Amino acid sequence: MTDVAFWQGNQALAQGALAAGCSFFAGYPITPSTDVMEEMAKELPLRGGKFIQMEDEIASMAATIGGSIAGRKSMTASSGPGISLKQENLGLAYMAEIPLVLVNVMRGGPSTGVPTKISQMDVMQARWGTHGDHGTIAYSPSSVQECFDIAIKAFNAAERYRQPVLILSDEVLGHMREKVVIPPAGSYEIVERKRPCTDKAKFIPYLADPEDDIPAMASFGDGYRWHVTGLTHNDFGFPSAKEDEVEKNIKRLVRKINRFRDDIVEYETLAIDDAEIVVLSFGTVARSSIRAVNEARRRGIKVGHFRPVTLWPFPDKEIYQIAKKSKIIIVPELNCGQMVLEVERAVHGKTKVIGKSLVNGELFTPDEIFKSIQEVA
Amino acid sequence: MPNPEVLKWLRTQFFPHMWCPGCGHGVILHAMLRAFVDLDMKPEETVIASGIGCSSRMPGYINACTVHSTHGRSLAYATGIKMARPELTVVDVMGDGDCSAIGGNHFIHACRRNIDITAIVMNNNIYGMTGGQASPTTPHGAIATTAPYGVIDSSFDLCRLAEGAGATFIARSTIANPKQCEKLIVDGIKHKGFSVIEIISSCHTQFGRRNKFRTPIDNLNRIKDASVPFAKAQGMSKEELAGKYVTGEFVNIQSPEYTEQYSRLVDRLKGGSR
Ligand SMILES: Cc1ncc(C[n+]2csc(CCOP(=O)(O)OP(=O)(O)O)c2C)c(N)n1
Ligand code: SF4
Repeated sequence: MTDVAFWQGNQALAQGALAAGCSFFAGYPITPSTDVMEEMAKELPLRGGKFIQMEDEIASMAATIGGSIAGRKSMTASSGPGISLKQENLGLAYMAEIPLVLVNVMRGGPSTGVPTKISQMDVMQARWGTHGDHGTIAYSPSSVQECFDIAIKAFNAAERYRQPVLILSDEVLGHMREKVVIPPAGSYEIVERKRPCTDKAKFIPYLADPEDDIPAMASFGDGYRWHVTGLTHNDFGFPSAKEDEVEKNIKRLVRKINRFRDDIVEYETLAIDDAEIVVLSFGTVARSSIRAVNEARRRGIKVGHFRPVTLWPFPDKEIYQIAKKSKIIIVPELNCGQMVLEVERAVHGKTKVIGKSLVNGELFTPDEIFKSIQEVA
Repeated sequence: MPNPEVLKWLRTQFFPHMWCPGCGHGVILHAMLRAFVDLDMKPEETVIASGIGCSSRMPGYINACTVHSTHGRSLAYATGIKMARPELTVVDVMGDGDCSAIGGNHFIHACRRNIDITAIVMNNNIYGMTGGQASPTTPHGAIATTAPYGVIDSSFDLCRLAEGAGATFIARSTIANPKQCEKLIVDGIKHKGFSVIEIISSCHTQFGRRNKFRTPIDNLNRIKDASVPFAKAQGMSKEELAGKYVTGEFVNIQSPEYTEQYSRLVDRLKGGSR
């Protein structure tokens, strides 16, 4: 039986996580992400899962990693300053290859910014927020249904690629109510992390399978003994500063995402085939853009829309193909021009790219985007 | 030579260890492993978490489930692990800087929650790893690289801090009394709830050298001379106790443990009552 619910985006993220098998949540309240935490506080104890309110976001990130090391699908959620606080421990999760999901319900910054209003200022932070090199997977939903679906996808990617996966939602989506169709359990894919099948005494915790560059992960308490560290390490998981081992470690962290880039990248297009003008936007902004594109089409303007669903890896190859056929790409975003930099990189000069930024805490209206289309038509 | 039971707990392939010869932290490692042997603990069911510092390199040498986390945050990692799998025995080892400077917030909240983790604070009164900067436990007037004219801050009494925050087992020993360290660690692990065992350690390299205690032996003697058993301290004035290390068990009370309370909550919900 397919169920239908009428949820807010934040609630749908929590429900999607539960549908993916999440059984551990550690968090600290912050607007506009708190509802994710509150939903988990209500649901997890009812299902025998673990919920804990920590003393801050640093601790929440750390405890979430702890939950995953002990074998549970784990999640935390935050916004703005809280996401900044999580960065150091997020880095440990990349380094030690700990699967988890980090939800960022974006609000304006820097610093306390505008807690109660929408923004998309964390695009680059999602990619480069913690220090050091690593691959990044970050999804951006644009409807409440997609919040639910992406929560499942994010857990699957975290488990498959053994690393943190980010979801970049925003204040408007987080608090907007929409219909969600809940697929029956068993009708959607659920991925579990690769478990070691070797003799416990012979287990080499970071020996990656050459097939996928991903080592199997044992949980604490399952009879395996291993060492988790944020230091660069060898295959045995022990600290190493030897040049070859350091390089091997870091390169694999980056490569394990790069090589599956095509499997991970997701995007959605609308009326793109004959489009001379392309609007390229993500998240809630895409809703306004799509409305504007539809309106412009009705008036005979050859315009299409491209929506990255994964902000990272960025759909650059796909955008390049579109750039070859179009005259201009307009990139509206709620920041001073972050994703537009990636678009410029992706098009390799094949087309003109113009950014359109809004940072007053409001969302672009379809009319504003329509005007931008008209200006270049 | 440690006894063979203790050796079984070590990743001996990494010896010699990274600590300076004569560093106090090794005494604590040995006492802790003897406590594990006394308690007949199983390495596969034992988690040792640490932060960053000379002290925090300890888990790397222990053949169990070990986490070398980030500076000051180990108790938050340990809390996640314990919460996810309460059946595991979780021990957290920290330096004084780790525990009470950058990790102070996590420390007081772990005490408050009374989660069943044994925290061992290896207090050498200095930041050893980074080269001798002042820590929150560096004594008033002592020299550190960031206090070249003497520390003007007041220092923390970690045991009293833990008591104020609600830890239910609190004790202190020193590396001059390894037998007592072992006994207190045994009692701390057996205790159901958050246990804090502060062990006064020594860093002749970064603390002693600048403060007229050049050698490991000078430091050991300094610690010995400053140690006062809890019972004796009861009859001493505040002035007499200044600069002393009061040792022994200070707090040992039964109070609901966090993960047990959580599982009772889950059971209650299963029964249909909220
Ligand atoms: C976030 C962060 N800040 C600073 C450091 C640098 N750092 C490494 S160890 C350390 C102090 C260690 O002192 P303590 O915890 O007392 O342990 P000890 O080395 O004396 O055993 C510092 C400041 C770090 N690793 N991470
Ligand atoms: S610097 Fe100090 S704390 Fe670090 S290993 Fe040497 S003696 Fe020990």
